[in-house]
Amino acid sequence: MEKELQVEIKNTDVLIIGGGTAGCYAAYTLGITGEHKVLIVEKANIKRSGCLAAGVNAINAYITEGRVPQDYVDYCKQDAKGIVREDLLLSISENLNEVTHTLEDNGLVILKDENGKYVTRGNRNIKINGENIKPILAKMAQDSENVSVINHVNITDLLVKNNRVQGAVGFDVNESKAYVFYAGAVLVATGGAAGLYRPNNPGFSRHKMWYPPFNTGAGYAMGIKAGAEMTTLEMRFIALRCKDTIAPTGTIAQGVRAKQMNGLGEIYETKYGVATCERVYGTTEENRQGHGPCYLKTDEISPQQEDELYKAYLNMAPSQTLKWLEGGQGPAEQNVEIEGTEPYIVGGHTASGYWVDNNRATTVQGLYAAGDVAGGAPQKYVTGALAEGKLAALSIADYLKNDLSPESDDSWKNIISEYNQFLNNVNTNISIEQLEEAMQKIMDEYAGGITKGYQYNETGLNLAEEKIKGLYDVLSALEAKNTDELLQIYEIKERLDLSLSLIAHLRARKETRWHSFGENMSYPEVNKDYEAYINSVLENGQLKIIKRPLVVDDYEPLVFSFNHDGALLYAGGEL
Amino acid sequence: MSIRINTPSCVGCKRCVEVCPGNLIKLVDGRAYINRPKDCWGCTSCLKECKTGAIQFFLGADIGGKGSILSVNEQGDERHWIVTSPEGTTKTITVNTKESNKY
Repeated sequence: MEKELQVEIKNTDVLIIGGGTAGCYAAYTLGITGEHKVLIVEKANIKRSGCLAAGVNAINAYITEGRVPQDYVDYCKQDAKGIVREDLLLSISENLNEVTHTLEDNGLVILKDENGKYVTRGNRNIKINGENIKPILAKMAQDSENVSVINHVNITDLLVKNNRVQGAVGFDVNESKAYVFYAGAVLVATGGAAGLYRPNNPGFSRHKMWYPPFNTGAGYAMGIKAGAEMTTLEMRFIALRCKDTIAPTGTIAQGVRAKQMNGLGEIYETKYGVATCERVYGTTEENRQGHGPCYLKTDEISPQQEDELYKAYLNMAPSQTLKWLEGGQGPAEQNVEIEGTEPYIVGGHTASGYWVDNNRATTVQGLYAAGDVAGGAPQKYVTGALAEGKLAALSIADYLKNDLSPESDDSWKNIISEYNQFLNNVNTNISIEQLEEAMQKIMDEYAGGITKGYQYNETGLNLAEEKIKGLYDVLSALEAKNTDELLQIYEIKERLDLSLSLIAHLRARKETRWHSFGENMSYPEVNKDYEAYINSVLENGQLKIIKRPLVVDDYEPLVFSFNHDGALLYAGGEL
Repeated sequence: MSIRINTPSCVGCKRCVEVCPGNLIKLVDGRAYINRPKDCWGCTSCLKECKTGAIQFFLGADIGGKGSILSVNEQGDERHWIVTSPEGTTKTITVNTKESNKY
């Protein structure tokens, strides 16, 4: 019997795809005026979805006393070796403190000294109890009367007509039901992508990774397919983490000032530079030279400090505390072993993502992007994503004054017939799990994964592209017994789509500007010709690379323009 | 690393099913069941939601697990995290949810 999903059509003014950090804050912002009907569609449940599910240990982006927003911009620019958008970073930085205070007003616990001032951790961080930050944000979003939420619906495709967004299409992950959403404006806030590369723990603990394994690049993939321009995907993010549990190291490094030390007992903390990518590179190099394993030197901390570390990790990465206790030796007795993760694509840490203007508009009219899915502005962390959620919401409210009603047609039918096709496929000997492994193996071996020390070259990238393309036929034959399996298939499909764009970006930047993050062995030096953005757009089925000049120094904030039919007129200069 | 659900303690309230960021917990015969335990991220959201203490967290042997389990019990502002070893010895760490981390 033919399986067919029921279809429900819904209309809203603003559709927010993904109720994570940026999405919830955008909904909260649009809830203040209450003017528009806002719908958050989330593939899990906004109470604990996205990066903040387990909690977060600190606010890592805050303008501390005596500093100004431009200081934060300068830090990000230096850390990313110049490839940032200063306009985006400044508008984020100007909002970091306001969003932090709003969260505090809504119940976030922030550490204060006896004078009532925030206690800082370094120059840009403040200390919090962030275990419940996501439930707080979810409540803020849901408390507005004009905001409604549909949980457990996964959106796969945008509806775009003549370069203007009309809505999106998705399916319920628990029931045999598909949805078509029509909207005046759409905010994509799905987060970044994990699971493209073979992870640190490929066996039983394959999902014990830094970034949420459920963030599989849906937002990038739907944008790429819809013809939205992407930027700087080649600036991958690799985190330096506690070995095995992949728990954060900043809490130890900054909290108790533990230094990076190799297996010979030598401190290599600053030997390779102190930029985020260089900290990973240093550890990778020490291992490559046979000086591993590498550690954070914690064996001099006090028992009281150890107790505080146990609590801090329970508030964000409980597996690390369990590992210490189960192993019988805490960090005061044993140095903490560290390792680099597999590469992720995540615009909250590097500059990867949608090419957006200063209003967070993408190159598709009416489509906005915020948080990890938006590019150009690294080191957003939580508060930067909140700030972008706010900025996008304000721009959307402004855009909706144009009164551009979505046009309904039947283009959604093709998308839903693709869902139905998977539900009616008959099982082959290739499983969803096998295909995921195949993808991760290709990316690891030919596109600079962990086992290759994050290095890649042109020949390998060409092979990666060919092999990833070869997986689509296998994918289209996969069977989904229900919509839960359909979700798993789409989570692979979107990673394949993103991988192809990523490979094209890695190949297009013919230099090595960032060790480990983008270690192109065909071009191992920095090249001044690449003081530019590498962007890409899918045109007639072909990925086109566009090189755009930097928006830095004496810049004008970038604002895209469209003609009355929605066609893109200007999206920055071209080189 | 994953969770295990003690089925007799489960009352089928679905709070864990609702909140899991990976949609991994399903209700089977009125009781919570983890589908694909290997796909658990280890966020412990379900442990915090569970009012009957039916859900416990453990580390896979591939990342150093030796059979201990971690459970959560909340009383007022205090969250008690209890590690129970395979031999049955326990260690409790209490976190005040209204207090900030020190690091």
